[in-house]
Amino acid sequence: MVDEPPAIELRGLARYFGERTALRDLSLRVPAGTTLAVLGRNGAGKSTLLRILASLLRPHAGEVLVFGEPLPRRGFAVRAKLGLLSHEPLLYRELTGRENLRYHARLHRVDFDRVEEVLRAVQMERRADDPVRLLSRGMVQRLAVCRAVLHRPRLLLLDEPRANLDPAAGDLVEPLIGRVSGATRVLTSHDPRAALAEADLVLALRDGRTAFLGDPGTLSDAQITELYA
Amino acid sequence: MRTALILLRKDLRLELRTLETVPAMVLFALVTIVIFHFGLNQNAIDGQLAAGVLTVTVLFAAMLGINRLFVAEREQGGFDAFLLAPVDRTAMLVAKAAALFLFLAALEVIAVPAFGLFLLGPSLGPPLPGLILVLALADLGLAVIGTLVSAIAVHTRARDLIGPMLGLPLLIPALIATARAAGPLLAAGHPASTPPTRWLEILALYDVVFALLAYAVFDFLLED
Amino acid sequence: MPSTTYGKGLRGLALATLITMTAALVLVFFYAPLDQTQGFVQKIFYVHVPLAIISLVGFVFGGVLAIGYLRTGDRKWDMRSYVAIHMGLIFGIGGLITGSIWAKASWGHWWVWNEPTLVSFLIVLLLFATYQPLRFSIEDPERQSRYASVFAIVGGAFVPLNYIAVQAATAYVHPRVLTLTSANLPPSMGLTFVVSLLAFALLYVTLWKYEMAAKNARSQVRRLRRTLLGDDLARPAGRSAAPL
Repeated sequence: MVDEPPAIELRGLARYFGERTALRDLSLRVPAGTTLAVLGRNGAGKSTLLRILASLLRPHAGEVLVFGEPLPRRGFAVRAKLGLLSHEPLLYRELTGRENLRYHARLHRVDFDRVEEVLRAVQMERRADDPVRLLSRGMVQRLAVCRAVLHRPRLLLLDEPRANLDPAAGDLVEPLIGRVSGATRVLTSHDPRAALAEADLVLALRDGRTAFLGDPGTLSDAQITELYA
Repeated sequence: MRTALILLRKDLRLELRTLETVPAMVLFALVTIVIFHFGLNQNAIDGQLAAGVLTVTVLFAAMLGINRLFVAEREQGGFDAFLLAPVDRTAMLVAKAAALFLFLAALEVIAVPAFGLFLLGPSLGPPLPGLILVLALADLGLAVIGTLVSAIAVHTRARDLIGPMLGLPLLIPALIATARAAGPLLAAGHPASTPPTRWLEILALYDVVFALLAYAVFDFLLED
Repeated sequence: MPSTTYGKGLRGLALATLITMTAALVLVFFYAPLDQTQGFVQKIFYVHVPLAIISLVGFVFGGVLAIGYLRTGDRKWDMRSYVAIHMGLIFGIGGLITGSIWAKASWGHWWVWNEPTLVSFLIVLLLFATYQPLRFSIEDPERQSRYASVFAIVGGAFVPLNYIAVQAATAYVHPRVLTLTSANLPPSMGLTFVVSLLAFALLYVTLWKYEMAAKNARSQVRRLRRTLLGDDLARPAGRSAAPL
């Protein structure tokens, strides 16, 4: 068994927005290949955590190590291995799906063949030449998934990945962003039980503080209700 | 460099697809020329007055372009998408400034002949090469300052106001130099064949200083 | 824990300012000769020019301090930069008003385009007047500090460039009283001017320190309140242009 550094390691992470503390004293380790589910109400700090891991926000205190590299100093080295699926699809509405993905492919130095591959995987090849503004929300979300996994990231940061997806579409994206992808995953979801079902590790946040960190099986229903109360 | 070209290509494609910015700039310039005709109550102007009017016309049209430069990035997640890529971040400055420069050039291709037709007394032919040189240097300054100011403005609350408010004072030295360089070219009696070098030097100095400065500080505007 | 206090040395500085100011006033009214052409009103020159010069230096100073913020990320530098520019603006408006009075008294107009220093000064003030509105329109304090610093640096570089352009563009009617390389002033006027300049420089530094001390104290109080009352109970700071 080769000793791999943990995919994510946080030590005393804190992040403020002015006088508001979004995250405080956050420490955890996520082994490579596993899934971390982040639970909590709106405003608890979930999206902030994802954005810090994505190197879009800098930590104000503590340490953040992704694949052993400290952020934000080594952000450049790490970015190629990260994939972020956020609230916004990060696609230009006036460009087509294919044009958007090719733009990202160029930025990440990925072959256009890969673009076609992911389009086929989510069954968007036929609508890939329509401007994004003409597509339904579910289709846009599928394209967003394509964008996130285009460069075969080893760490997936998924902010409510199943939003706007019907069950059929959900099945299509599963091989790309689900457990079978083999990537380390951090995901948030409005449906705590669904998130728990696919998690190896659970972090529950309350007002930026760690309310629970551990095995999903040990988190009781009562605790979940209280978390979202 | 490679990254800047990728971004530029994307921006040009967006502009060609939507045709939001350049046509508006052109229309704005044409209307401004008409307003100047009535405001000054002149059929034909020349010399320093003509140079001033032309400079102001280009400036006002440029403000439109500057205001729109980063809006798509801000509203459609373009910043995030770019920041997630393993690329040099200053490429965005280069790409956006290049885009703005091209927009201004496109604007001037129409606005300058229109100016020559509607307001300028002396013929536009002879001064044209000198004028192109002056406008090229001016557009460089406008592009650099415009990009810088637009990048600052897009993250503020009063986006459309902050851009011109910051940009206009900063551009004054460049505008002075542009108008003064063009003035002798557009004179009625004995127009100069080349623009006065002193003003070209000042314009070039302005461009170089602010290009270097912008290159140094731009990263700080993108990070969070 | 605060590591810097600005109150130290403030009293001594204030005293030095008072002494130098008094000395300057004495020289202006009793020592400096009356100007042949402009008469008594020329004496405003001893107030106007130092105000203008110190104001410009203050802006450049603010830009340099802003570099400190961008390099270290320590909000302390941003505060210093903010105060420097703030003070520069106040001195600048004073310089503009006294310049206008001087223009009216000497040449009969409240404003003259012929004096390049005055004109380029107006432009610089127009630019830095946007500093506070810019800060006010950015909510996130860290971003506010960062963007304000970028602006301060660009503005600081702008001052000399602007002066070059305006000087080249302006045709002036009157012989320059003060140039960058030499002063065509009789020695008695020269001495008065230098003392006056020194007095205003000391005034600037004293006021800068004073405002820094006041702001520093206020931010410490806020921090204590937050620690004692907890984040939720302490009133959040309203939108402000100043770094806390």
